[in-house]
Amino acid sequence: MNLPRYRRLQPAFYRLQAARCTACRQVHFPSRTRCLGCGSASMEPVRLSGQGRVLSFARMLHAARGFQDSVGSLTALIELREGVRLVAQLTDVEPDGIGIGQEVEMVLRRLRSDAEQGLIVYGYKFRPVLKRQAGAQAQS
Amino acid sequence: MRPVSIIGVGQTPVGEHWQKSLRELAVEAVQAALADAGVERPDALFAGNMLSGGLCEQENLATLVADFSGFPGIEALKIEAACASGGAVVRAAHMVVASGAHDLVVAVGVEKMTDLGGDGVTSGLATAADADYEAAHGITFTALNALLMRLYMERYGYARRDFSPFVITAHENGVHNPQAMFREAIDEKDFLDSPMVAEPISILDSSPVCDGAAAVVLCPTEKARSFTERPVQILASATATDTIGLGPRKDPLWFESAYLSAQRVYQQAGVSPKDINFFELHDAFTIVSALSLEACGFAERGQGVRFAQECNIHRNGKLPISTQGGLKARGHPVGASGTYQILEVVDQLRGRAGEAQLGNVRIGMAQSIGGMASVAVTHLLGVEV
Repeated sequence: MNLPRYRRLQPAFYRLQAARCTACRQVHFPSRTRCLGCGSASMEPVRLSGQGRVLSFARMLHAARGFQDSVGSLTALIELREGVRLVAQLTDVEPDGIGIGQEVEMVLRRLRSDAEQGLIVYGYKFRPVLKRQAGAQAQS
Repeated sequence: MRPVSIIGVGQTPVGEHWQKSLRELAVEAVQAALADAGVERPDALFAGNMLSGGLCEQENLATLVADFSGFPGIEALKIEAACASGGAVVRAAHMVVASGAHDLVVAVGVEKMTDLGGDGVTSGLATAADADYEAAHGITFTALNALLMRLYMERYGYARRDFSPFVITAHENGVHNPQAMFREAIDEKDFLDSPMVAEPISILDSSPVCDGAAAVVLCPTEKARSFTERPVQILASATATDTIGLGPRKDPLWFESAYLSAQRVYQQAGVSPKDINFFELHDAFTIVSALSLEACGFAERGQGVRFAQECNIHRNGKLPISTQGGLKARGHPVGASGTYQILEVVDQLRGRAGEAQLGNVRIGMAQSIGGMASVAVTHLLGVEV
């Protein structure tokens, strides 16, 4: 990762910015300029909810160069509310605390800390949805 | 377009070649193929390769190989399609000869992977995925395949052990191939005890990191018999693509590129899956074997693993696969594997597969898959009986 590339990716990495087809309303992540569904080239930017569920997951026991922190972490195929699927790392999860169907939400986390030019790269990861205690809303 | 045949093949053993460089491997395979074909100088050379730039700091690879093979001056180009590069280079050479642009073309697939440490190779392989939306998140290629394997097990009700026939068969067959990296049979216990790479994928679900080169020489079918008594015709050749990322697919457990390229070759050759005598498939991971069998019409959806469990894939089964070890036991020098597959199909059809020889084969299929099946190259080869 380098600085210009990182700057270009920030809307997607920080805010899950996607593209929605103005003709058929299908949402695409990553953004694309032509709709895979209907072929229209009329797209508008849209921000995803970051709320979804786990379709599949895998535990990585080997990492790529620069990602040693990821050894032992979980990767998941996630389907968001909008029907969009993406692959991302999971975080804040106990070793056996994940299953297929688990509800997850996006959080912004460090992806790597030793990229080129001393960059610290942040981006989306997903964690299990935190359950609110019953009655917590009323007390506050 | 005119019919095209393969008139010669050559290979290096697959393994950890500490004494041989990228160029030496490629040149050795090219020279062996040309000698087998009885060709002194080809009109063009195509080099299939995925990672020469990233792992060996060498691009302009085809020029290098043409030069050190003794043919500076000829047309030479590198062909890259991730792990399908070795199939794609034969596809490219086929188009060039079929079109009439050249008569004698050598296609060489080569990969040199072992000079770098494991994490460097892992990073290199991840470049086959979406760089910005998969690799940049630290997601390895094995992890992406592991997502598919778990989804498959969950949806169709399989356990990890159900995948073992793919691995046991490949290793059994590898024993008979002197060029294979692994020539040792393994059993179900070995498979179940093997350590995890990206759970649920273990080291024995996976093909090994290794070096190797394989080459084939192509010419118009009408001229093939002036070079060899036993040419093998390329009955059909096709490539197809899918989305590069897993996310946008309607069903992650359907390999559309493998399906489309298989349909195209069946149509070109006027055959159906039942006409195929054996299949060199892309067994980079056990889950890929299952999904390839389903996409190509050899098994129904969700039945690829069962197809293997029912002994169909053995050398005496309905559809022998990985007949000389496959990517799993022969080895998977990524950009060369697709060319090894073609070479092995040619050897079987010419009756030159030694102890791995199948009886009475007339049509063989090879399918090389790149990325998360974002690209697939499929070939049908045949001989007159």
